[in-house]
Amino acid sequence: MDKTAAIELKNITKTFGSVVANKQVSLSVNRGEILSILGENGSGKTTLMNMISGIYFPDEGEIFINGEEAVIASPKDAFQYKIGMIHQHFKLVDVFSATENIVLGLEEKGRYNLKEAEQKVHAICEQYGFELDPHKKIYTMSVSEKQTVEIVKVLYRGADILILDEPTAVLTPIEIRKLFSVLRKMREDGKAIIIITHKLNEVMEISDRVSVLRKGEYIGTVNTAETDEAELTEMMVGKKISLNIHRSEPKNPTPRLEVHHINCSNREGVKMLDDVSFTAQAGEILGIAGIAGSGQRELLEAIAGLQKLDSGAVLYNNPQTGKMDNLCSKTPLQIRELGVRLSFVPEDRLGMGLVGNMDIVDNMMLRSYSKGKSMFLERKAPRDLAEHIIDELEVVTPNANTPVRRLSGGNVQKVLVGREIAAAPTVLMAAYPVRGLDINSSYTIYNLLNEQKENGVAVIFVGEDLDVLLELCDRILVIGSGHVTGVVDARTATKEEIGLLMTKTTVAEKGERS
Amino acid sequence: MVAFIVSAIRLGMTFLFGSTGETITEKSGHLNLGIPGVMCVGASCGCFAEYLYLTAAKRSVEPILAVLIPILATLLGGALMGLIYSFLTVTLRCNQNVTGLTLTTFGVGVSDFMIAKTGAIYSKGSKYFTAALPFADDLGWFGKIFFSHGILIYLAIAIALISSFVLSKTRIGLNLRSVGENPATADAAGINVARYRYMATCIGCAIAGLGGLSFVMDYLHGNWEYCIDAIGWLAIALVIFTVWKPNLGIIGSIVFGALYIASSYITGVSFASKELFKMLPYIVTIVVLIFTSIRDKKENQPPQSLGLPYFREER
Repeated sequence: MDKTAAIELKNITKTFGSVVANKQVSLSVNRGEILSILGENGSGKTTLMNMISGIYFPDEGEIFINGEEAVIASPKDAFQYKIGMIHQHFKLVDVFSATENIVLGLEEKGRYNLKEAEQKVHAICEQYGFELDPHKKIYTMSVSEKQTVEIVKVLYRGADILILDEPTAVLTPIEIRKLFSVLRKMREDGKAIIIITHKLNEVMEISDRVSVLRKGEYIGTVNTAETDEAELTEMMVGKKISLNIHRSEPKNPTPRLEVHHINCSNREGVKMLDDVSFTAQAGEILGIAGIAGSGQRELLEAIAGLQKLDSGAVLYNNPQTGKMDNLCSKTPLQIRELGVRLSFVPEDRLGMGLVGNMDIVDNMMLRSYSKGKSMFLERKAPRDLAEHIIDELEVVTPNANTPVRRLSGGNVQKVLVGREIAAAPTVLMAAYPVRGLDINSSYTIYNLLNEQKENGVAVIFVGEDLDVLLELCDRILVIGSGHVTGVVDARTATKEEIGLLMTKTTVAEKGERS
Repeated sequence: MVAFIVSAIRLGMTFLFGSTGETITEKSGHLNLGIPGVMCVGASCGCFAEYLYLTAAKRSVEPILAVLIPILATLLGGALMGLIYSFLTVTLRCNQNVTGLTLTTFGVGVSDFMIAKTGAIYSKGSKYFTAALPFADDLGWFGKIFFSHGILIYLAIAIALISSFVLSKTRIGLNLRSVGENPATADAAGINVARYRYMATCIGCAIAGLGGLSFVMDYLHGNWEYCIDAIGWLAIALVIFTVWKPNLGIIGSIVFGALYIASSYITGVSFASKELFKMLPYIVTIVVLIFTSIRDKKENQPPQSLGLPYFREER
């Protein structure tokens, strides 16, 4: 096999405002080789690949293709260099057949002939061992079939450098095996393949070499044959950094929320939570660590009554009555009245928590509108609360009547968390509460959570930064692909330990170790 | 009975123009509620052009020109409305529903002006549009139903068939449908979404405009006394009735035409029930809508991003 570098990156840097997404990254892929790019969430893997496929343009550095310098300014340029990217979110038209999607947008000479295209598709499938019915409509396809269409689409366009962004995230183990056998065939055919992933076992299985990124920086490249999972984990998570987050000892923790063997599936029928059990204690911060999309969202929504469970129970130890309530049979409103508060920060903060076009006072009222006595709205109390939050949490806003949408991310978050805390909850769940916030705002949020913990609230904190989790939480629950892969004591655990648990896809150990 | 069918076809074809135009527009993801207005403007432009030509030509009227000039004027007027709509929704990113309804209000106003204020008489030009094929009378009822119509009726069928072919059998059609279904995907595949939306809307509006001309010059024989926006709403209903397929529209439009005029051919109905009869097409459309929703066949649903704007930067 001819081993010339198909694509080589030299000192690529990309910044978004003041955030450095990629810093001095260099790597190369040869023909007939599979390179894995490994890194945690937010380590800049996808940004880097988007620069190769022409979606972003690098600020600094050079890209060489087949030894010649290349300027990739648009997806069309990337296509000219025979680079094909398979995105994590498929770009397909639902009501079209596989073939129609594959030829879409092509400016081929000659008559538009679906029959010929179908034959060409068929030939590609034969060559690499895909199973694909060219007539099948996309909306009747499984996720794996859709992915096959995407791969055939770039091959049809003659790509010989393929980039796959987390291709295995949505596949079942059998489908993954099929995909890998196809990838190996393409490697034999002399294609250069880059695969983005954070699953260590897959890296070990499929790739020839591994390049590791951490927080935008290029850490190094190793040959897969000469490394092991432990070394890769260490490269991926790095050494521990001290953050000096204040952490008090939990005061007489008592079980507040008990989750018993819950299972749930998403709309496509893929299992999102698989036999998850844990206990959250009052007066303690329970951290939840895991690769993005491992079931964190479903878990919190299950407790808040927003997610339908297939089986299992969520028991709430009611401090007022001393009885156990099963939350599964309750509506979100009933659960909230028991004192379970969900402060949810998904990708868009304004999605589930606040209404962007309403001002701070009105957003306060979203929680209390049903408490009014007359048929008119009671504005006094929410106004006082809004003023209080603005003072206390130093929300930067012209006044309490500013639409929330106009505030910066950190201030929106303060408003949301402030409102949730003001309702004196007994369970506070915060998902990525510091995502996108600057250091100072982050510390304000940490302090708020600590305060709640000292007041005897059971705090559940879903985070992505392991350093923060290790310093803020008392215990950390690690989930991987919907399973609980371990519970560790945050005071004694190491980053490597959690990193390994996070990337574990099989259930090896259950039960608490702390 | 033959007169009823002939009448149904002639009225139906005006719907067909509107629904073919609207289907093309909707396939690009534009829900154009301005079709009634577009048809009014189309009729106004065409009729006024005809009036101007006939006045200028006096005795030496060329029948071909008397037909071609109004058609061209109508196409131009319709396309101009489409251009306004596209400019507002694609370039300035206005809400599609509001823009469409504004155009309808505008178009109704224009046609009211044309009827009442210009003093133009439109009935003279009508004979050039209703001229039947010469051998129609020799073939009895068969000739009456199939060959007695004016040129616009055949044009409507031809346009519907061509549109149907282009949409389902050509690369342009495939690209256009992808723009209406999933513009982000189309964009990633290198298709110029804005250009396709502009083109589809302008062409669609030009075709819909012909519906207005056909209604006034053919169906009303030029006796244009009232506003014609009602046929525009029926054309939009027809798009749903025919599940976004112009070739089905040929049959659907005749059914609509028959339902709409049925009351006039049934003796002994009061004025009130006559108006109720006119609701039939809408009721049938609702039934079709319910039926296709229940069956939930994806191909029979509206384009997925119908009515939604597309900006590349927004996620």
